[in-house]
Amino acid sequence: MPLDNIVFWVFAPISIASAIGMLLVRNAVHAALFLIVNFFCLAVFYLLLDAPFLFAVQIVVYAGAIMVLFLFVIMLLGVDSGVPIHERLLVQRPLAFLLGAAFVVEMFLAIRAGVGFATKAPAVFTANEGGNTQAVAKILFTQYFFPFEVTSVLLLVAAIAAMVLAHRKARTVTQAEIDAAAGEPDTEEMPVYGAEAAP
Amino acid sequence: MTGIDWVLLVGRVILVFVALLISVLLYIWMERKVIADFQTRTGPMRAGPRGVLVTFADGLKLFFKESISPTNADRPVYLLAPIIATIPAFLAFSVIPFGAPVVIFGRTVPLQLADLNIGVLWVLAMTSIGVYAVVLAGWSSGSNYPLLGAVRSTAQMVSYEVAMSLALVAVIMFSGHLKMSEIVAQQDKVWNVIPQFPAFVVYLICALAEVNRPPFDLAEAESELVAGFHTEYSGIRFALFYLGEYVNTVTVSAIAVTLFLGGWRGWWPFHGAAAWLGPVLWFVLKVTAVIYVYILVRGTLPRMRYDRLMNFGWKYLIPFGLFWVLATGAIVVLPDRYGHRRGAFMAVGIIVAVWLVMSLVKQLLESPRPAPASREGLAT
Repeated sequence: MPLDNIVFWVFAPISIASAIGMLLVRNAVHAALFLIVNFFCLAVFYLLLDAPFLFAVQIVVYAGAIMVLFLFVIMLLGVDSGVPIHERLLVQRPLAFLLGAAFVVEMFLAIRAGVGFATKAPAVFTANEGGNTQAVAKILFTQYFFPFEVTSVLLLVAAIAAMVLAHRKARTVTQAEIDAAAGEPDTEEMPVYGAEAAP
Repeated sequence: MTGIDWVLLVGRVILVFVALLISVLLYIWMERKVIADFQTRTGPMRAGPRGVLVTFADGLKLFFKESISPTNADRPVYLLAPIIATIPAFLAFSVIPFGAPVVIFGRTVPLQLADLNIGVLWVLAMTSIGVYAVVLAGWSSGSNYPLLGAVRSTAQMVSYEVAMSLALVAVIMFSGHLKMSEIVAQQDKVWNVIPQFPAFVVYLICALAEVNRPPFDLAEAESELVAGFHTEYSGIRFALFYLGEYVNTVTVSAIAVTLFLGGWRGWWPFHGAAAWLGPVLWFVLKVTAVIYVYILVRGTLPRMRYDRLMNFGWKYLIPFGLFWVLATGAIVVLPDRYGHRRGAFMAVGIIVAVWLVMSLVKQLLESPRPAPASREGLAT
């Protein structure tokens, strides 16, 4: 068996198991960890498909940046909102079933049509000539230049919006205030972050 | 691949692993000796000649100590975190060429575990995984000090990773390669540290912050947080964190050497049978020099305050990194006949780099002013 196949058959069960695990575990941090494992398996699959650049980007961006922020939020805010989960997700449930069913049908049709079975079509090798990174760069900055730039503007807008929503103006402290504060005991309670997030 | 190829591959894996372990042992000893010298102490003296075996003795002690896990801990994650701290640190080193290719059994063997096409990106990927160790250790300990340490340290590592990536992007653009071996080959005339000096400065500062070393070791500010994210760890698990941290330091120094200081290239090449030895010695020498600078910084500068750290990262390093990426683009694209323009760009870059370092020093030396009013600003 070629090395590619061995690697694939090692990582495919892990990726499916981690996906199922993510759905089944109750603890939000554990779910996030399973998702990270799944992202790694996905990265390995990119590597097997001769796309080392996507492999690196998948790890740096998804596993490295986005999931760290996810964990950060879960850790800081906790996940107990007080409302039982089945009451919050009234609308989502039928919608989830519908979309899930649609996805299964789509996958079935795709497999029937043989979309996923053309492993390493010769087209991939010609497209990757001169290196996968260079090929991605070439196509990104010529053929798909406009969508690429629009996406980056969209992300920028989102970042600015988040900053506008979250920003609070910093208060400047005068010397008089400091002197006043030094005179009396500090009554303000320090917030204890994550006390409720810990198990 | 035939049998000999496999043997060579496995041999290199073992060689790199053992060499890293030994270098960490020696390096911790060196750090303690140098710091002791700064403070006119003798440092460790008992184990081995001039105390050289002290780290080995410490490791042995930690290995036999009881590993306690707190009642509140989330056990699986708690056990996983030290492992995550160690593995990426070793993996990141696998793309670093530590010597010129040698010929064994009629095969040209690169002294490097894997010459990946995406070498620099692999390093970035591994550093970004290293963050998980801190996050998970802090969260799973089920205690406030580790959590606070983890929150601080994660924010710090994520922020400084951006600036570090920008510095690396500038080098990649300048050399035109992602492969580590190609980047070393491209430095055969001039080391990248000269044309890319600003990127070098940014990289050195960010690397310090990435591995949580002083003056950026807020994660384990012992006066405030006991020991930060690994407060609750003891025995072999604590040793793993310690090992991971120091392997990381060796790795970031090796990356600095490979990308900026010409890798294994040196001035007096060895000839004949010892031809392979020269480059390896040069590599070790350069890495030791970079580590020495880091120890020097640790012995000299006080720990930064958290808000100043964030200010410096986001308001100085990242904008400057972006500026330098643009400037590098201009340097690369401008035709050669405007040679003097390249010089002008480099001059501008060096001036800004000096300004950057000065602003860091100024932040550290400034007389204490009232802290910003919002407590949230300090804690998050």
